[in-house]
Amino acid sequence: MSAPDYYDLEALLTAEERLTRDTVRAFVEQECLPLIEGCFSREEFPRQLIPRLGELGVFGANLKGYGCAGMNNVAYGLVMQELERGDSGLRSMASVQGGLAMYAIYAYGAEEQKRRWLPPMARGEAIGCFGLTEPDHGSDPGGMEARARQVGDEWVLSGVKRWITNGSIADVAIVWAKTTPDDEIRGFLVERGTPGYGAHDLKGKFSLRASITSELVLEDVRLPASAILPGVAGLKGPFGCLNQARYGIVWGAIGAAMACYETALDYALNRVQFDRPIAGFQLVQQKLVDMITEITKAQLLAHRLGILKDEGRVRAQQVSLAKRNNVGQALHTARLARDILGANGIVNAYPVIRHMLNLETVNTYEGTYDMHTLIVGRDLTGLDAVR
Amino acid sequence: MKILATVKRVPDPETSIKVKPDGSGIVADNIKWVVNPFDEIAVEESLRIKEKVAGSEVVLVSVGAKVAQEQLRTGLAMGADRAILVVAEDGLEPLAVARVLVKVIESEQPDLVVMGKQSIDDDSNAVGQMAAELLGWPQATFASKLELAGDQKTATVTREVDGGLETLSFPLPGIVTTDLRLNEPRYASLPGIMKARKKELKEIEVGALGVDVAPKARLVKMEPPPKRQAGKKVASVEELVHLLHTEAKVI
Repeated sequence: MSAPDYYDLEALLTAEERLTRDTVRAFVEQECLPLIEGCFSREEFPRQLIPRLGELGVFGANLKGYGCAGMNNVAYGLVMQELERGDSGLRSMASVQGGLAMYAIYAYGAEEQKRRWLPPMARGEAIGCFGLTEPDHGSDPGGMEARARQVGDEWVLSGVKRWITNGSIADVAIVWAKTTPDDEIRGFLVERGTPGYGAHDLKGKFSLRASITSELVLEDVRLPASAILPGVAGLKGPFGCLNQARYGIVWGAIGAAMACYETALDYALNRVQFDRPIAGFQLVQQKLVDMITEITKAQLLAHRLGILKDEGRVRAQQVSLAKRNNVGQALHTARLARDILGANGIVNAYPVIRHMLNLETVNTYEGTYDMHTLIVGRDLTGLDAVR
Repeated sequence: MKILATVKRVPDPETSIKVKPDGSGIVADNIKWVVNPFDEIAVEESLRIKEKVAGSEVVLVSVGAKVAQEQLRTGLAMGADRAILVVAEDGLEPLAVARVLVKVIESEQPDLVVMGKQSIDDDSNAVGQMAAELLGWPQATFASKLELAGDQKTATVTREVDGGLETLSFPLPGIVTTDLRLNEPRYASLPGIMKARKKELKEIEVGALGVDVAPKARLVKMEPPPKRQAGKKVASVEELVHLLHTEAKVI
């Protein structure tokens, strides 16, 4: 399967970037796609793929040292694109592992914490999750209720975190809580099996079904002083991680859109109604043109963003603009594809309905479409619409 | 132990190939190029030996256009140690490729050469055999299993032959060509791709080797297979039998 490339983006990629993309694409096509519809329908994550993804080196692939691949951000983005061409749940697992959990340790952790966790996490032998969102605090994480108070040499952590990808399979959770008495948000490493800490899965999802989504419950969890991430205090800690993961989503969404577009184009060329392929009808052509236009724009946006990130001058608002656009347009593209497929668009013989349902989540998590609108709006006007 | 594995740049077998209107070749634009799948198996087998036998080195060699660098980098990303590209912009015939390989083998002096049994573009299935003959080395083609003796002086190869298996044993150095079931090649890893960039890829101009690579045959024409005709529905067994007699003339 080739990928849509209307503007010869191929020419902008280095040989290494192309090889990276093609390697992950082959892995996803051969190892993931045969499993994914079954996983989605059974509401389970293909856990057997985790060590293989680790072997491939996708976890934290844009981090340097500690067993990470140390790729540039365009190559990393292409990895995310190919994973999400398979399924948003697959990419989510890798995003949370690399972009959120590993990145938190990488950017804010003590040397000892990095050495302990990053190499096994890169290999997929240890799994991480990231607890920021709470049942009552989503877009406004600053209102979090999780608390950490110091008792002697220890921290005592209490709170509930919800919508946590990888939660119940995580060996280490990065949990953000407000410390008492200074009321500052700080990150803590909570290991599986710590007394008072538990995770259970949220079921009944109609989206991201091939992904683990959990609730973390922390009841007076006692942690040693060494469990705190020493490098950061305040919301900029979790926001720094989110920015990293959102960048991956900017590319991932393109992958899901590509899968929908390719399926729709192929279907339209082969589906005959009124004695000709439906691709010959103007209304269908318009949908296909809208889809490839949005994919092409999203590709160019993502590529430019990757270069800005490699040059170290990307701004969070630029990531917000791209996350908002690329996911919003991928969702739009998926809905158009579903429409072109008619009744076949709602069954799992085609990947379209799965991608479409997944993208509803992707449009919401890591900053909703509307929140990113307000972030860019504030950046343009200097006026904050939420406060 | 030093192992030499060959890597040929070929069109992706998934690509739909178009023949040029004048029949002089295939349309090379906009097709994806990959490592010949049988060579990929050769690289994998070489890497497995390297992983078992401490101190081994895997050297890749390709004979072809400069762009074949990409396929050699893929093999380096899988884990090979270094690569040699003999640059020959015009496609060479099997005998010419074999002569070129012999030169490389003479200068590298590997203990074992592992090659794809054929490349999936020209399907000649000749270079391994010719190179062994030119070197006076033992050869085992169509290998589905390759084992080395503990002292690495002898190779034992299982070959898939019509209706069964044949097992050969021969002293090294020798040439083994790979069949499909020898192994399942690994994926290059992302750290492997990063490491490959620093590995040596030496280029040699084919002219510098002083071998006769002049073609002995001329490509007359290429043509695509005929389009499949639409089938026909018959109403009864009688009609079917009648048509098998009169139209298909098979009974």
